[in-house]
This record gives sequence, structure tokens and C-alpha cells, in this order.
Amino acid sequence: MPTSQPSPADVVIIGLGAAGGVAALPLARAGLTVVGLEAGRRHSPADFAPDELRNNVRGWPHAVQKANREIPTHRPNASSPTLPRLAVHPMMNAVGGTSLHYWAQSWRLNPWDFKVVSETTRRYGASRVPRGSTIEDWPLDYAELEPYYDAVEYEIGVSGKAGNVNGTIDPRGNVFEGPRRREYPMPPLRRTGFTEMMADAARSLGWRPFPGPAAINSQPNQDRSACMYHGYCDRGGCHVSAKNSTAVTTIPRAEATGRLTVVTEATVTRIEVDARGRASGVRYLKDGRELFQPARVVLLASYVYENVRLLLLSTSPAFPRGLSNNRGQVGRHYFAHNLGGGATALFPRDLNTWYGLPAQGTAVDDWADDNFDHSGLDFIGGGNLFLYSDRRPIAAANMNTFGKAPQWGSRWKAFVSENADRWKNAYLQKTTLPYEDNYLDLDPVVKDPLGFPVCRITFDFKENERRVAAFVQEKAVQWLQAAGAIAIERGSVNPTGPTTHAYGGTRMGFDAETNVVDRWGFSHEVPNLGILGASVMGTSGSRNPTLTVQALAWRTADHLVKSWSQRADA
Amino acid sequence: MDDSTKDTGTGVSRREWLKTAGLAGAAAVVPGALQQSVPAGGVVREPLETLTQPEADALEAVAARLIPSDEHGPGAREARAAHYIDRALGGALASSREAYRDGLAAVDRYARSTKGERFADLSPADQDAVLTDMERNVATGFVPSASAFFALLRTHTIHGTFCDPYYGGNRNFVGWDLIGYPGLRLAVAEADQRLDAKPAPSHTSAYDDAMFAPKPPRAGLWLRLIRHAD
Repeated sequence: MPTSQPSPADVVIIGLGAAGGVAALPLARAGLTVVGLEAGRRHSPADFAPDELRNNVRGWPHAVQKANREIPTHRPNASSPTLPRLAVHPMMNAVGGTSLHYWAQSWRLNPWDFKVVSETTRRYGASRVPRGSTIEDWPLDYAELEPYYDAVEYEIGVSGKAGNVNGTIDPRGNVFEGPRRREYPMPPLRRTGFTEMMADAARSLGWRPFPGPAAINSQPNQDRSACMYHGYCDRGGCHVSAKNSTAVTTIPRAEATGRLTVVTEATVTRIEVDARGRASGVRYLKDGRELFQPARVVLLASYVYENVRLLLLSTSPAFPRGLSNNRGQVGRHYFAHNLGGGATALFPRDLNTWYGLPAQGTAVDDWADDNFDHSGLDFIGGGNLFLYSDRRPIAAANMNTFGKAPQWGSRWKAFVSENADRWKNAYLQKTTLPYEDNYLDLDPVVKDPLGFPVCRITFDFKENERRVAAFVQEKAVQWLQAAGAIAIERGSVNPTGPTTHAYGGTRMGFDAETNVVDRWGFSHEVPNLGILGASVMGTSGSRNPTLTVQALAWRTADHLVKSWSQRADA
Repeated sequence: MDDSTKDTGTGVSRREWLKTAGLAGAAAVVPGALQQSVPAGGVVREPLETLTQPEADALEAVAARLIPSDEHGPGAREARAAHYIDRALGGALASSREAYRDGLAAVDRYARSTKGERFADLSPADQDAVLTDMERNVATGFVPSASAFFALLRTHTIHGTFCDPYYGGNRNFVGWDLIGYPGLRLAVAEADQRLDAKPAPSHTSAYDDAMFAPKPPRAGLWLRLIRHAD
């Protein structure tokens, strides 16, 4: 039994990362008392040295984190053996979570992504929805999420160029995006010689390039600095707090209300329910003690794998198969974003991309989502193409040698010496769908140090994902060739284990038989349990998930405030 | 942010200080280590922190063939990649210590059995032949495999050549200069991101900046500081 009982909270949030860190703010502002249980610690700019070996090679600041003791296992299908386990979890625990060191590309989904089934059926016929996919339309459309996208963009600070303000198209932005109510709060990040070179190449093909959006200050913003473009943004936190993680935006603002209490280094082990099957609070470990945090509402906001795992571990007489899992939907509709099948190019000149950041790039959406006619094609969906300014020395030296040099010795050295700044990877994010036989459950063998099973991923890409990948890869090759590439290597699509772009497992939908949470993000089975994160998303779109996760988190919190008397446990 | 800041608060640059600390600390626990320095090619070898002398001899020779010193300039030997590995094996790479013990012994065994001398004493051509056999996984006597140990050596030699000098490699920034990396700038000007810009090498370590510098050392903590550097 817990040795201590903290005083009851209105809301307890499990995990103060990109999602929980956003939800805390509207709740605290509405006057609710909120306790945030966070497995990690607080970090400061002094922790964020520009150090490739530590950040990118050795996995700091992931090291000695809760997540690292719970790395999921992976097998491509139910009859294949488990593959070698990753050494480092892709996500980190901290106040601010992985938003401390993510790429901060802050995209809205395309309106099509919310209505893939109905739009595909309308345009191409129902037979074009891939067989075996469990895809459904989202229970909300783009227009319904738009106010929350806008709220998050302005609250945390997103830089970019609008391509569609209330239906007025601006070719300097993304002409394919859904209508937004106003311009971004900040102009795009700086253009560079390389990003302009790629924009020119895209235009030469008749495509419509634009600067990608980023939750990074392109100018001084909210009393914090503009980006310094030092080149260590990927897996490095920001030394001037120009990356708008929840740790420097929504969380401190929620704390300033006096109504958010942050508990760090708290390892949550169970969500408890009362005799009526309603969530009563959260059990956690801190400093070697077991504590229980009572609350009237529980918001589960850890990462996809941990959300599913904690529900499956929280068994009770009311929920013998795991919390909110009486219909067996927890862990279903899981998918890992289709990011493989890239293209790496060698150019005949130095590109000078030693500085910058992954979010400082040129994007092309002409081949994303349903932005082009699929009538004569054998797949649905597409991909966003992105080329960016970013390079660090160890990665540069580890370059592909394009079959032109051995892997060591004088000839290797001469090749790398000449070409370290002459290669680039195209970053290709593609439509990914859920399928019947891709899912998460508990590993029957591997356990964490506390003795709890880790999450097990059963996942492989299907025909639609492979066809999208091949199509989009050829577009990337065309683009790189138009920019003057002299050699190109095509990557393959491989089975994907734990990833930073994981979706599903607690999907959101109208139908309680096929979805874990309702249209507001609250459990169909446990009305005072809300779930935040990409685990509620039913499609991926062709772009990074975080802004959508944050908009959904804000919307769930907003709904909770407005329906408090119905949602909250007495 | 001013990237010219090199003062750690003690009046001594971090890099200079670590060099001194490394010498003083290791000399205290490895008597005679200073006499082991081999000035061949003008490169002074630091006192060993983890490896034995025979292991270090083999490792130095391997690194020098993977990234050779040649007409394109200095290589892994001058970068002190082996020193980086020796230090890291006592810290962040401690889990690889066993692999190095077994692997470097196997390198010397295989060199003797096929070429008649331990690896460090072979000609460069014979050294390359041994490494090629390892890369192709035809060299015998390695557990789990020659190619796996070759890959480990290559990975760590690249780390030691191109990492921040704070870790004991990339000495005098020879790795960064080799590939044309202009170095750390905590604030990068717009002009430095133009296609034809050639920013001058900054030649600074992240930990030269007061913001990231570990706390100033106190007397008696030399060894702790060395470990911290990993």
C-alpha cells in the first residue's frame, strides 16, 4: 500500500512533455488544481552543450531515464521472432519531454488527413481504401481543430509563412494547407544558400516550395532569444531557449498561476479506479517511496508506448484486460510513420550546411496527401519532401561513399575530405495507415527493472506504404537531380521498431467498439480518464505529429474545463 | 553569445587544463607512464588511462591505418583517436572494455600468425592486409567476429577523430579541419549560411564556453575530473 497520500487534485497529468505540458495551461488558467507527475527532471540551458558525441552518439539526454529502462521490443509480425532491442529509447523523460530537443517542425495536418475514408471513397471509390486497413475518418475535421492549432501556434510561438489565410492563397507559403484564421506569429526561419538552391530546383520542376514551419523563434519572442542556428538542434536542447518546448512556454506559465504542481522523477506504476470503474488517481514511485495521487480527473499524457503499457498494466476487477480495454482496443490501430525509403545525394560543390537546424528547410507538398490526382495510381496518400540545413562533423565523416571510395584508409580519407559538405538526405514523411495485424501489447518475456512487462510492437509496413514510398522517393530523386546532384543512393523501407513518430494504440473515434477515446479524447469506458498524445491519432498525415498532438491536447483540456461538472468524479 | 570565451573562471582554458590534469592524474596511478611516450612522427602519446601498453600499441597502429597521416594532412594518430578510446573505455565506453581486450589481443595473434610480427611492428602494407582480412571477416581468432571488431574500431576511431576535443580526441582540431568543418559558433551570422561562405575555423570546444564548462576543479579531484570528461 502507498505510504503517503498527497492532497487530492482536480486533475493529475501523467507526463509533462509536449502534450501534458500544453494541457496543463488551459486547466490551470481555468482555476483547476493540477498535479503534473513527470518521470524526468528539469533541465536548463547549461545542460544543452553543442556536443555531437554526447547528444547524437551517446544518446544524452536520454541517458538514465525511465524510458530507457522500458524500451519496447519489436517484431515485424506475430509469427516472427523479436528483433534485437534498441539500446536507447527514442524519447526522453524531462519537464518538457522530448520537446526539449525535438526538431520542432510544427505542422498542421492537411484537411484530407482527417477524412481519408470518405474523401477517398468520394474521389476514387471505396475499393481504393487499402484492404486490411482499420482506418476510419477522424471524429472531427480540420475546421474543428483549427482554433486549437491557432491557440498553440500563438501560445508557444511558431514561425512560418501562411499559404492559406481564410481561403486567400499565398504562393510564398504552402498553397495546399487548410485555411488558417491568420498569419503565423513569426516569419519563417532564415533562408540559406542551400535552402534557396533547393527552392530554385523545385520551381524549375513546376513545384511550389515553401519554408517549413517550426516552433522555433525566428525573431526575439516572448522575452526569449531568436534562433542562433548553431547546428546542434537535432537531439540537443537550445542554449538560448529559442526552441519553444513546453518547458519554456506553457509549463512555466501554468506554474505561475499557482495551480500547477510539478512532481519530478515520479515513476507512475498504475492508474487506480474505484468500485464504479471511474479513475480515482495515480500510483507512483518517488525517492524509493510509493505514493498515491488522488484526483477527480486523470489525463494520461506519456508517449504512445507508455500510454498503452500503463493502461494494460492497470488491471482491476472492472477492467480485467487493462484499463479502458474491455473491448480489446487498447494497443490496436498502432502504426509507425513511414519515414524510410529516403534519397541521399552527392553534389559537385560544397553546400555549406554546417550550420542551421533540421527545421530550417525547403518543403514541397505537391506530392503529399491527396494534393495530386491518384486516379491512375495504385495507392492513396503521399509524402512531404524536405531538404534542410544541418550537419555535424561525426555524421559528416560517416557519409555514404556512393561506391566511389573504400570505407577506410587514404582513399577514404581523401574522399571524405573533399565531400563531407557535399551530400544531403531528403527527409520524406509519408501517409501511413493502421492495419488489423499491426498492434501493441505487453511483451511476454522482457520486463523493466520493476518487474513490469515492457511494450511489444508488432508492426510492418504494408503495400500502400511501400508504394507511397517508392513514388515519393522518385520525386525526391527528381528534385535532387534538378538541383545538380551527381550521385544518388535510394534507401529502402524496413520494418520499424520504436520511433519518434508513433501513432495509435488508444485511437479517437465515435465508435466505442473500435476506438478507445471519444471525440474529445476521453475514454469511452472511463469518462474521467483523458488520453493525450499521438496514441489517439488514426492517421499520420505526411508531416511531423507534434503540433497536432498539442492542438488535440489543448482541445481535450478545453473540453474538460467546459464540461467539468459532467466529467469530474464527485 | 560570444564564442571566443575560453576562460573557465580559473584563468586556464578548459583544454589546456584537461591536458595538464590528464598528465598529472594518470602519472599518479601509472608509475612510469610518462616514459612510454612515443614521439614517432612527432606525436606524443599520453599516459594510458585504461588500456595496457601492448593494447595501446596495437590500437594506435590500427587507428593510424584507418585514417592515415598522408599528403592530405594529419590523421587519427595526430587527432589522438586512440587516446580518446583509451579514456572512454574507462567511462562511457566501459562496456566495450572486454571487446577491446579480446579484440586487440586477437589482432596481434592474427598479425603474428600471418605476418610474423605483432600488428604495431608490421609494415603499413601488411597492416592494411590484416585490417582488410578483418573487414572481410576472414581473419580468424575473433569473438564474435573479426568484422564486428573492425566495425567497432572504425566507429570509435571516427568518433575520436571528429568529436569535440573535450573528450581527448580531435587534438588541435585536426579532424574538423580535415573535413572543412568551420567549428563551433554559438551564434551563426546569416552571411555564414550563404552557399559560398567560408567561415574561418573557430577552433573552440563546446566546453571552452563558460556556460557549459563543468564546475572549476578543486584540489585533489584530478581523477574524478578525468572520468567526468567521458
